[in-house]
Amino acid sequence: MKKSLLGSILALAMAPLFAQVTVEDPWVRGTVPKQQATGAFMMLTAETDARLVAAESPVAGVVEIHEMAMENDVMKMREIPALDLPAGQTMELKPGGYHVMLMQLKEQMVGGTVVPITLIFEDSAGERFTQEIEARVTALGAAREGADKPMQHQHGHRH
Amino acid sequence: MLSMLQTLNGRFLLVLALVSASLIGCGEQNVRFNATDITGANYGQDFELVDSHGQLRTLEDFRGEVVMIYFGFIQCPDVCPTALMRAVEVKDALGPSGDKFRVVYITVDPERDTPEIVSAYLAAFDPGFVGLHPTMEELPEVAKSFRVFYRKVPTGDSYTMDHTATSFVYDTQGRLRLAVSHSMEVAPIVEDVRTLLQAAR
Repeated sequence: MKKSLLGSILALAMAPLFAQVTVEDPWVRGTVPKQQATGAFMMLTAETDARLVAAESPVAGVVEIHEMAMENDVMKMREIPALDLPAGQTMELKPGGYHVMLMQLKEQMVGGTVVPITLIFEDSAGERFTQEIEARVTALGAAREGADKPMQHQHGHRH
Repeated sequence: MLSMLQTLNGRFLLVLALVSASLIGCGEQNVRFNATDITGANYGQDFELVDSHGQLRTLEDFRGEVVMIYFGFIQCPDVCPTALMRAVEVKDALGPSGDKFRVVYITVDPERDTPEIVSAYLAAFDPGFVGLHPTMEELPEVAKSFRVFYRKVPTGDSYTMDHTATSFVYDTQGRLRLAVSHSMEVAPIVEDVRTLLQAAR
């Protein structure tokens, strides 16, 4: 296979040299006015072992990483210190499992709008890197929540 | 005939009553449900709670409808909206008889679940869903009478609620019939609700 010099340079430039975590399908569940909390969901794939250790968003006063568990049909939701992202494995943050909890909401999450979220990761050496994502708000009560959003691929970069 | 009836003693009437009761019981046992059949359970018999519009409601208000009761809280990002969405899908799948399927939401978080928030929240799913608001004083008793577990758990500056995610289903006579687990899919629930609606005809 012949490759042009330009192609090689482009390929090099576009290669995920700095991409640490791929974020797919980020979405936020819509809220009603005065509702103070909601969840953000997405799929995360780390290139090398990493951990999601924190998140921030201008729409929320507090953002936590939560795990949901069912025990004898009792729902339990807990903050976890970090979510492990083993290399190459897609971790799905979805209803019934993990979510990014947006609390002390400063505004209503209206269906169709976009919410910026900063994800803070840590690599295996303990070095932190961040990634800005834009999560689409799915209207509360909309059919097939989280299943009708367009595919979005966003790559993390070391800063 | 009248004189004959008058000669029947109390004991015979009691036996007669027991036999007919057991016959009715047998008939109900033949009905198979996908959800856990809790017909005859001695809990979750009724409620007397104020709805989001300030009206006092009891199960009696929903006679003729299959009622599904769910306990939850609005700041819940995950399980509660998933359960309500499933209820919407059940109602849609029932078609025209969906009018006879009533979802009743009882909050386990009266502190934050104001009538304003709950009514707006439920309306986003279905305008027919009814929100009920026990006071902080009423809540322990209501939960106990339904054998529902709830607990306030601090997180950050705020709190979340652990709670039973089971939905309780009543027949058109207001009798508790089914416990529907959170993991149950739409189709088997639709089948069960249809069975209950058909039995009422």
